[in-house]
Amino acid sequence: MTMTMPDTAVAATAPLLEIRNLTKRFNAHGGGVVRAVENVSFSIGRGETFALVGESGCGKTTLTKLVLGLEKPTSGEILFHGADLATASSKAMHGYRRQAQAVFQDPYSSLNPRMRVSKIIAEPLMAHGIGDRDSQRARVLEMLDVVGLPKTAADLYPHEFSGGQRQRVAIARALSLKPAFMVLDEPISALDVSVRAQILNLLADIQDEFGLTYLIVAHDLALVEHFSSSVGVMYLGSMAELGPTESVFSHPKHPYTQALLASVPRPDPDHRAPVGVIYGEIGSAMAPPPGCKFHPRCPYAVDICKTTPPVDRELAPGQLVACHLAETIVPPVQSSIAPL
Amino acid sequence: MVDMDVSYAEISSSPSQRMMRSLFGRGIPYWSLLIFGLVVIAAIGGENIAPHDPNGLDLGSAFKPPSWLEGGSIDYLLGTDNLGRDIFSRMIAGARVTLTVAVYAIVISGGIGALIGMIAGYFGKIVDTFIMRLVDIQMSIPSLALALVIATVLSPSLTTVIVVISITYWTWYARIIRGEILSLKERDYVALAKVAGCSTTTIFVRHLLPNILNTLLVLASLQVGQVIIFEASLSFLGLGIQSPDVSWGLMLADARNYIGNAWWAITLPGVAIMLTCLSANLIGDWLRDTLDPKRRQL
Amino acid sequence: MTDAAIIPAPMQKPPLLKVENLKTYLYLKRGVVRAVDGVDLEVAEGETLGIVGESGSGKTMTSLSMLRLLPKPSGRIVEGSITLDGTDLVKLSEDEMVRDWRGRRISMVSQDPLTSLNPVFSIGDQVGAPFRYHKLAQGRGAVRKAVEAVLARVRIPSPAKRIDDYPHQFSGGMRQRVVTAMAIACSPRLLIADEPTSALDVTIQVQMMELFRELQRDSGVGIIMITHDLGVAAGICHRVAVMYAGRVVESGDVREIFRNPAHPYTRGLLNSIPHLGRKRRRLEAIAGQPPSLIDPPRGCRFAARCPQKMARCDDYPPQFEVATGHKAACWLAEPRS
Repeated sequence: MTMTMPDTAVAATAPLLEIRNLTKRFNAHGGGVVRAVENVSFSIGRGETFALVGESGCGKTTLTKLVLGLEKPTSGEILFHGADLATASSKAMHGYRRQAQAVFQDPYSSLNPRMRVSKIIAEPLMAHGIGDRDSQRARVLEMLDVVGLPKTAADLYPHEFSGGQRQRVAIARALSLKPAFMVLDEPISALDVSVRAQILNLLADIQDEFGLTYLIVAHDLALVEHFSSSVGVMYLGSMAELGPTESVFSHPKHPYTQALLASVPRPDPDHRAPVGVIYGEIGSAMAPPPGCKFHPRCPYAVDICKTTPPVDRELAPGQLVACHLAETIVPPVQSSIAPL
Repeated sequence: MVDMDVSYAEISSSPSQRMMRSLFGRGIPYWSLLIFGLVVIAAIGGENIAPHDPNGLDLGSAFKPPSWLEGGSIDYLLGTDNLGRDIFSRMIAGARVTLTVAVYAIVISGGIGALIGMIAGYFGKIVDTFIMRLVDIQMSIPSLALALVIATVLSPSLTTVIVVISITYWTWYARIIRGEILSLKERDYVALAKVAGCSTTTIFVRHLLPNILNTLLVLASLQVGQVIIFEASLSFLGLGIQSPDVSWGLMLADARNYIGNAWWAITLPGVAIMLTCLSANLIGDWLRDTLDPKRRQL
Repeated sequence: MTDAAIIPAPMQKPPLLKVENLKTYLYLKRGVVRAVDGVDLEVAEGETLGIVGESGSGKTMTSLSMLRLLPKPSGRIVEGSITLDGTDLVKLSEDEMVRDWRGRRISMVSQDPLTSLNPVFSIGDQVGAPFRYHKLAQGRGAVRKAVEAVLARVRIPSPAKRIDDYPHQFSGGMRQRVVTAMAIACSPRLLIADEPTSALDVTIQVQMMELFRELQRDSGVGIIMITHDLGVAAGICHRVAVMYAGRVVESGDVREIFRNPAHPYTRGLLNSIPHLGRKRRRLEAIAGQPPSLIDPPRGCRFAARCPQKMARCDDYPPQFEVATGHKAACWLAEPRS
């Protein structure tokens, strides 16, 4: 199933990345199977920013690993420019790596402490045999400039930088191959509050400058609303709701999306999160509940939810909802947000 | 973060504390470098710089005490053993054998062990299971029994000692390096190297090896002592170094019967072993701190 | 819906906690880190004070100073007083602190529920420890009863059944409840919560915040909520103190801070985060990095990043009263004469 992106020129062209019925299962230590990702489908158009949200354990990190080719899917397809990664030859995979890069959450873990910044940024170029030493050096300096670091940064080690600066180095490295696609896994959540906006603005700027397509994983819904054009809400390995960010955030149709949105703490002393929207915690991916996986926590659950897994239904243009009752559920009244 | 490196706290210090720090602290370990340097010089010079023939028998001057004791002579600086051989000369000659064994055994066992450990840790799954079973089996064989078998096959010699020690100790490296790799490979920069398109070899050489060098260095420096002692036990059992070659371990073994008459004959090589091991450990610690780019500039 | 925040905190009687001119330094090899450099705070009974700041702002060191749990040997309180219930905690000996105060009248919930619990002891053992230590319950049966009661207070379902379980048998949210149970076991007067919800998912976070509100309503405990999340601070605190580089730059009633922020740093923070329902093309980022606390700038510590920097900012501004109980350490807040 292909999702059409509203009101953009790229809607007509084929998506850059298309995920079809993707499933990933792990064998757990001591027996049992972890169903990390189950039958997930979505697509990302060129120049779009697709956000994956959900609680820890919902499978969003596994999904990014699959997309980056760090894990092999159990079944399903990951089509990049129409070619399936799961069955790609190692040569085709190497070509894909030139196009798809990543920035991870923890800028302390994502830079090798024993390499100088120049080598960290040039490493992808070396891995693909692009350019000689001089041109690689030139690219390093160019990238440092793009991410707003001085040229002198090239000869320093990662520990000489603050968290925000390290994340700039990580972005420069991801950019050095001038890729078409970038995975951003919680790119700002490990940073100080006062530098988060710098990094977020930088990511927005380079997206415009280099025509990048983003897949961003985040737990901060305000950030997702701000930054993404489409969003997928995951719960226990499955996609609960999927669609253009604007319609999902203004008219959430899945009870889980509604609960998530209602729970976000807001910097407004007069806002009170409605208590008791949902109780309990996310279940185990080793023994997901039958039927709709969300039913044990869902305040609206009826008999059919306990037995039959819901299928995705398009309830608004581009907005797919996996809920039997989506049409009948009235979202809880959101307290309005007064301007500060 | 600021809150984290509290352990490096500098506290105001008295002269005695400062002396302790110069011995055991984080500065350049001058004493250790001096001692180890002397051992290395002795090992290189060997018989050429020894005042006497290390195997020169002179029963007339047997059991001479070291020069600073009553009855000692300046001619035999550290005294003589039961056969009248000059202990100082034998220690110089023994340094060569002892260091040769230590260097070869550590390089071979460390190299093989580290490589196998890296492979097991990085590839995991069946590879890991297979290698670690092998390690378990190896570790359950008593090393002296193994030495006995190998010595019978190869006949006792320097080579035998090196082979036996390498076979015994590679498992040690393999286990510890595997553990290290298990945590290293979860670092994001390893995943990002794959995403960047780096080959497995590149990941090993550029991202894993530099980050286990510290551990290897510390393991190796700690092993110097164990190797010397292991060599001594093998030589003592007649499975290792054979006369006329000299090693510190052999000296210990030879002097054991005369501990009542000539304590120096067993004590002085023992002190040499101890000082060499201690120096090696302290130098290893210092190297580890110095080679870490994070600590270098603190 | 609770309306804890709507009741103004009673300020007539002497405050439960008064921190005056607290200076806590860390003596490291690299130099002296002025982690807390002249902090004043007040918490009334039944009140929640939020300390908002980023890492390195000194918020955690402030709370560790109150508990006298500074890292040893580098951390030292060099000046100031911490008065809880009329007693200056800075002057107490370690023995007195252990016997009568820490865990008894002042306790703490930390960020990570996993490392706060020992995996080899049962929940009953660990939650029972404060009762046994402070002799609030004697004998196995009495301790067990007390533990069950406190587990019920933190809303752990069927505590009698779960008391013999081990930490790994609890989910993340439930573990944080257990840690909270340990902290409130001795009915402390002051509870310090250091980022108690930031490791939790939002749906669990809402439940934890509700729990803190309930506990406060039942016992009147004063709470210091340390957080970097402005949403959490707005949601649960009566008053907020914003810390930057070891100092409090702005403090006041939560509504004042969020509706009428007077310090450029507070304003900058509020403008730099995305707000749900108010989509903007660009966030207004605060330029630069927080300063080093080893050699902090002489004047206002935010000046280097401040869009409204003036010549006067080379002198450290005093706390000017912007409105009743609302103070800001910024020359812009100086009353015009």
